[in-house]
Amino acid sequence: MKFTPHLADIRFGCGLSPAVPSPVSVAQMLDSLQKPDTIAARFPIETFDLFQKRVAEADRLGTVKRKNAGTSVGLAAKKAGRVLNKEARIAHVVWMGQHLNRWTWTQAPLRERLSFFWADHFTVTGKAGVIRRAASPYLESVIRPRITGLFEDMLIAAALHPLMVHYLDQDKSVGPNSRTAAKGGKLTGLNENLAREVLELHTLGVNGPYTQTDVRELAELFTGISKQSPMRFKFRKNNAEPGSETVLGKTYGGGKARKVDVETALRDLARHPATARHLAWKLAVHFTSDTPDPALVEALTTRYLETGGDLFEVTKAMLSHPAAWAPKRANVKPAFHFMASAMRALALPADTLASLDEKTMRRLFITPLAQMGHVWEKPDGPDGLPEEDSAWIAPQGVAARLQWAITVPQALLPDLPDSRDFVKTTLGDFIPPAVQFAADSAESTSDGVGLVLASPAFQRT
Amino acid sequence: MTTPLNRRDFLARSALIGCSLAASPLLTPVSLAATSGDNRLVVILLRGGMDGLDVVRPYGDPAYTALRGDAGMNAKNPAIDLDGYFALHPALKPLMPLWHNGQLGFAHAVSTPYRDKRSHFDGQDLLEAGLTDLSGGTSRDGWLNRVLQNLPDSGPATAYAVGRDPLGVLGGPALIQRWSPEADLALSPQAIQLARLIMADDPLFDAAFTQALEIADNDGDKVATSGTPEEMMSMASKAPKGKNSGVEKRVAEFIGKQLRAQTRIAAFSINGWDTHQSQDRTLPRTLARLSDAILTLQDTVTQNVWNKTTVVAVTEFGRTARINGSKGTDHGTGGVMVLAGGALRGGKIYGDWPGVDEAQLYQRRDLMPTRDLRSMLAWLLHSQFGLPKSTLETTIFPGLDLGENPNII
Repeated sequence: MKFTPHLADIRFGCGLSPAVPSPVSVAQMLDSLQKPDTIAARFPIETFDLFQKRVAEADRLGTVKRKNAGTSVGLAAKKAGRVLNKEARIAHVVWMGQHLNRWTWTQAPLRERLSFFWADHFTVTGKAGVIRRAASPYLESVIRPRITGLFEDMLIAAALHPLMVHYLDQDKSVGPNSRTAAKGGKLTGLNENLAREVLELHTLGVNGPYTQTDVRELAELFTGISKQSPMRFKFRKNNAEPGSETVLGKTYGGGKARKVDVETALRDLARHPATARHLAWKLAVHFTSDTPDPALVEALTTRYLETGGDLFEVTKAMLSHPAAWAPKRANVKPAFHFMASAMRALALPADTLASLDEKTMRRLFITPLAQMGHVWEKPDGPDGLPEEDSAWIAPQGVAARLQWAITVPQALLPDLPDSRDFVKTTLGDFIPPAVQFAADSAESTSDGVGLVLASPAFQRT
Repeated sequence: MTTPLNRRDFLARSALIGCSLAASPLLTPVSLAATSGDNRLVVILLRGGMDGLDVVRPYGDPAYTALRGDAGMNAKNPAIDLDGYFALHPALKPLMPLWHNGQLGFAHAVSTPYRDKRSHFDGQDLLEAGLTDLSGGTSRDGWLNRVLQNLPDSGPATAYAVGRDPLGVLGGPALIQRWSPEADLALSPQAIQLARLIMADDPLFDAAFTQALEIADNDGDKVATSGTPEEMMSMASKAPKGKNSGVEKRVAEFIGKQLRAQTRIAAFSINGWDTHQSQDRTLPRTLARLSDAILTLQDTVTQNVWNKTTVVAVTEFGRTARINGSKGTDHGTGGVMVLAGGALRGGKIYGDWPGVDEAQLYQRRDLMPTRDLRSMLAWLLHSQFGLPKSTLETTIFPGLDLGENPNII
C-alpha cells in the first residue's frame, strides 16, 4: 500500500512511456502541478477568447445572411458560414491530436488526468454551428487553469460560463414575474435545467439533501444569468425574478437582481459537506475503483472541508493516502485514456499526428473511440462519461479496443517496436505470464503489440 | 516478475478455457433470460426531421398542390396512390407489397410535445426521453429503457442498441446490449487464441470478450481471417464505400438475427433527413435506406417471428409545409410515423387529418399535429408487451393522455 513509480504512472498518470521516466515520489507528482504548464505551450489548443472570434464571425455572417436572404450577398454569407463551420470542425480534430500529444509526451501526466476529470465533471457542449467545437477551448481556458484552485472558483467559472448557460438552457429561463415575462414574448417562465444539474451533478450529488423546492428556488435565483453574442456572459436584470430565494434554508437576493447573489449561493453550495462527500467519492471512483475504500473517501471529504475545497490539497490527500496505492488494480481506463496511454507506450513521434488529415484522424481515432463508447466532444448528457467499468468493458467496447490495438499502431508507426521489448516498457512491474507469452509468440509484431495493449493488464489502473 | 509460460501450458489453458466456457451458465447466450412475451419491437430513430408531407402526400387535399406544386402522381417516377387521398413517395415503392398485405401503415400529423424552437438537439432529446418537456432538466433514461424496467423478466439480451449512435432512447438503468456491425472483429486465428488467453484471468474482460466473439462470429462473417493488418483494418471498420450504402442492411440483418433468438426490443437510427435543400435528390436516398432496413429485417427473421414483430420509425419533428428558397424544407412540427410488421393492422393511414390550408397549419407554417406520437407508441407497447395503461401514462411517458386506441395491432 505504498507509492511505486510504475503504479503512480499507471494509476495517476498517462501510463508508462519508454521515453519519459515515471515519477519518483508523490512530492514530485504534486510539484509537477505547480510548475509552468509547458506541455500546453508545446501543443497549444485554442483558448476560449480566441474561439469567440470564430463565434463572432459566425454570428455576423448569420445576420448578413438573414438580412439579405435570396440575394447574392446573402448567398455569399451562407457560403462563408459553411467555410467557417468546416474550419472549426477541422480545428476540433487537430485539438484532439494535441490532447493525444500532450498525453504522450507530458512530464506532468497528473495534470492531464485532472483536467479531463474536471472537464467531464462540468460536461458541456455547443448545440449547433461553430460552438459544437467549443469543448476543448473551454477545457483549456475554464478547467485546466483551475485544477489546483478552490472548487468554488471552478464551479462559478464553469456553471456560469456562457457555453454552460447555452448547453443547459439557462438563457431560456426567466422569472415568471420578471419584466421580460410581463412583456409576453417567447420567454415566459423558468427553465430548471441548469439549477437542477448544479445541485445534482456539479455540487451536492443526486443523493444530496435538496428538494424540488430547492431546485425551483435556485432556478429563480439564477434568472438573470444569460449570455449574448458571441458566447459571452450577460446578466439580464429584466429576466430576474423579483424577491429573494431560499436554497437549503439560506436566503439570497431580495434587493436589486445581482450576479453576486448567484455567486454567493454557488460558494455556499461548493462548501456544503454533501458536495465535499460527492466530489471525494467521485475522485476516488475515478482514480481507484468503482467501489472505493471508504477510508479514502472519508479522508478526501475531511481534507476538502478543512481547506474550503482546495483542490490541490484534496489531490495531495488522495496521493498521500495508503488506499490510493492498493496493489490491486481495480479500475479500467475509459476509452480516451486507453487510446492516449497506448500512444504514450508507443512514444508516437509528436509530428505524426500533426501530419494526419482530418479524414485519417477520424478513421484512426474518432470513429474507433465512438465504437468504444465515447463520442468525442459530443456527450450524451450533462452527466458526462460513465465511471462504471462495465459500461466500457462490454462486448462491443472490448472488441473495438482489441481491433484498434492490433490495427492502428501499425498504421501510425511502420516501425513497430519488438513486442518482447514492448511488453516490458509498457507493463513494467505488471506483466502477467499470459501476456508475456502472447508477446513472445504472436505471429506478427502488430499482433504482439496489439495484444499487449488489449490485455486487461494494460487496460487496468 | 514474470513466469514463463510454454506452448504446452498455453494449449492446456486454451483447452481449459474451452471447457469452462461451455460449462459457465453466465457466458453462453442460450442461458440468457428472455422475456415471457414473444412479441418484438424495433424502433428506428429518423434523425434530422423527416418531411412527412413529402413521404405520405395528401394529394387529395387541393391545398397540397398549392404548397408543394405537383404531387407527382404523373411524374416519370410517380407517387403511389395509397387510399385515394394519400400517396406514397416513389422511393418507398419497394414497401408496397407490405401495404397490400396490411403490414405497413403511417400515422400522419403526429409529433412529440416539442414546439416552436425546432432544434434537432432538443427535439431528439425529447423524442428519446419520452417526456412532455425538458424544462425540469435532461432525462437520465430513455422511454424504451423504462419499458425494459417494467418488463418483469427482461434479461441482458432482451434489448439491443445497434450502431454507433448512443441511442439515448435505450439508455438508463436497465441493462441492454450494444453492438455495431460496423465495429466488427477481424483477427488471425492465432491472435484470437492469444486474445482469449490474455483475457482469461480477468472475469470482466473474459465475459465481455467471449460474448463479443460470439456476436461477431454470427453477424454475417467470421472473426477469423488470414488478412494482413491493413486488410483486417478495412474489414473491421467496414467503412462504407459510397455514402452510407449498406450500413442499414447490415444493422437490420444483425437485429433480425437477434430477434430470432432472445432479443425482443431493438433500436437503431438512420440519419440524413435534414433536407434543407434539393429535397427531390436527397430525400429519396434516405428513404431507400429506410426501406432497405425494413425489408432486410423482414427477410432475416422467419415468417413466424415477422408475424410478432412491429417496426416503428419516428422523427423529432416534421418540416415546413412550404418549400423553401433552396428547393428543400425547414424544421417544422407535425410529421409522419412509419409502422411495419406482420402484427400490424395496417394498409391504412392512422390519425386525424388537419388539412393544409394556410389557416389549418400550425403557426401558418407547419403541419398541425393532431396527436402526440407518444400515445401511438404507448398503445403499441400496450398491445405488444401488455404494459398497463397506468404504467404507460405515469412511468413510460409521464403526463401522457393515452387517448383513443388507434388499433394499430
